[in-house]
Amino acid sequence: MIEIRVRKILEARGGDFTLDVDLELQEGEFITLYGPSGSGKTSLLRSLAGLLTPDKGRISKGGKVWFDSKERVHMPPQKRNVGYVFQENALFPNMTVRGNLQFAQKKGAPPGLIEELIVDMDLHDLQDRYPDTLSGGQKQRASLARALAQQPDILLLDEPLAALDGVMRLKLQEYILSSHRKFKLTTLMVSHDLAEIIKLSDTTILLDKGRISKMGTPQQVFMGNKLSGKFQFTGTLLELEVQSVITVASVLIGNQIVKVAAHPTEVEGLSPGDKVVVASKAFNPVIYKIEEK
Amino acid sequence: MNWDPLILTFELALTTTLVLLLVSIPLAYWLSKTRSGLKPFLETLVSMPLVLPPTVLGFYFLLAFSPNNAFGAWIDEWLGIRLVFSFGGLVLASVVYSLPFMVQPIQTGLSSLPPSLSEAAATMGKSASTQLFKILLPNIRKSLLTGIVLSFAHTVGEFGVVLMIGGNIPGKTRVASIAIYDEVEALNYAAANSYSLILFALTFVLLLSVYLINGGYVNRFWK
Repeated sequence: MIEIRVRKILEARGGDFTLDVDLELQEGEFITLYGPSGSGKTSLLRSLAGLLTPDKGRISKGGKVWFDSKERVHMPPQKRNVGYVFQENALFPNMTVRGNLQFAQKKGAPPGLIEELIVDMDLHDLQDRYPDTLSGGQKQRASLARALAQQPDILLLDEPLAALDGVMRLKLQEYILSSHRKFKLTTLMVSHDLAEIIKLSDTTILLDKGRISKMGTPQQVFMGNKLSGKFQFTGTLLELEVQSVITVASVLIGNQIVKVAAHPTEVEGLSPGDKVVVASKAFNPVIYKIEEK
Repeated sequence: MNWDPLILTFELALTTTLVLLLVSIPLAYWLSKTRSGLKPFLETLVSMPLVLPPTVLGFYFLLAFSPNNAFGAWIDEWLGIRLVFSFGGLVLASVVYSLPFMVQPIQTGLSSLPPSLSEAAATMGKSASTQLFKILLPNIRKSLLTGIVLSFAHTVGEFGVVLMIGGNIPGKTRVASIAIYDEVEALNYAAANSYSLILFALTFVLLLSVYLINGGYVNRFWK
């Protein structure tokens, strides 16, 4: 169990606010942090990694104290064994991809680990290249592999996929989820993408102005318990088109635009740009073949 | 032509540059990281030699190191070092005089690196010195080269400080810039010209090499 009780006054463009968080995380879970920018998500990750010193509070993992303002304990980041994937990837420009991985590796690491990560993350053709010559997605793959090469107990991901396009994003989500399971990590990830959060996380924390406004499974957090539908997809509402008795809503789900016919009362209060869920109560699901085996 | 002044100049410049490198890396690293209130004062002191007449610096060194003085007498007696009119004194004065030329490029280089590089290394369990030598310094090679060449060239070109604290002792403190002055005073224009020409050519080549390497021309040529 990881206990985090942290208070820290943060300077932000819109004025100072206090990060005030009290939570317990189960080890082995995949946790996502969601909230508007400047709500303290990154500061929470940094406090956990030891890169930011809270004003007050206590952080402990499995009974071991990492930080305690009363006891004046502050374990340096070097001793916490936390893997951190930075938003801007932070690959060392003076080392090749393989060099970056080797640098991160601890003494006494299993001999085949780097090879394994290079295969897992599809880095074989890139391993001798320098970070400057890689694309955004390649850099984040290398950065993720590097964080795993240090065999962390906790993996912290600060919006690692923010700058990537749809296809690359989906691919990296798979990498992250499979590594989380394979290496039995406790993972905390900052994300702004609802579909991503629902796909990956066991627990979602909604952070607003430094405080936790909601916490639970993604379904609990984002949908309440209003729906009992079997099929659910999250997407962005693109436009509403009124046609005689019905309204047609165009929703972007993943890479597809889906048109949903709805009664005008159902779409009341919705406007383009909203995040929406498209669900079907599966009384009579239609099933058809899309590809011969 | 007497080569002694030129050889002495290069010995002085080389020693000064090496000492500066050892002093400036930790100093610049501290300046680039600290939030201490002392920082602006230290930065000012480091930069003073840029604007202060070298004679002022030389004058105070002369006073401080003179054996007639408490401090000068103390190092003379206890360490057996006399810093006035000696090569050791020249090195010390040159180190202070060229300090900004080494500290500033390194400090600027270190500050330009994103903090996440050291932070990433810290989460990997790497100590501050490993971060400095394996990550930070290798990524500011251009700044290091600029610092090394500028301090070397600046030491070659110094005159006032050397004259004040070193005097004009042949083979001991008579460096090329002073030898030129000396030859001109003796109306020995040919000798002054050969020293001058060598210094001119040398500094040109040194500075040109920095611009070529840091401008990427050399890399492009080799690739």
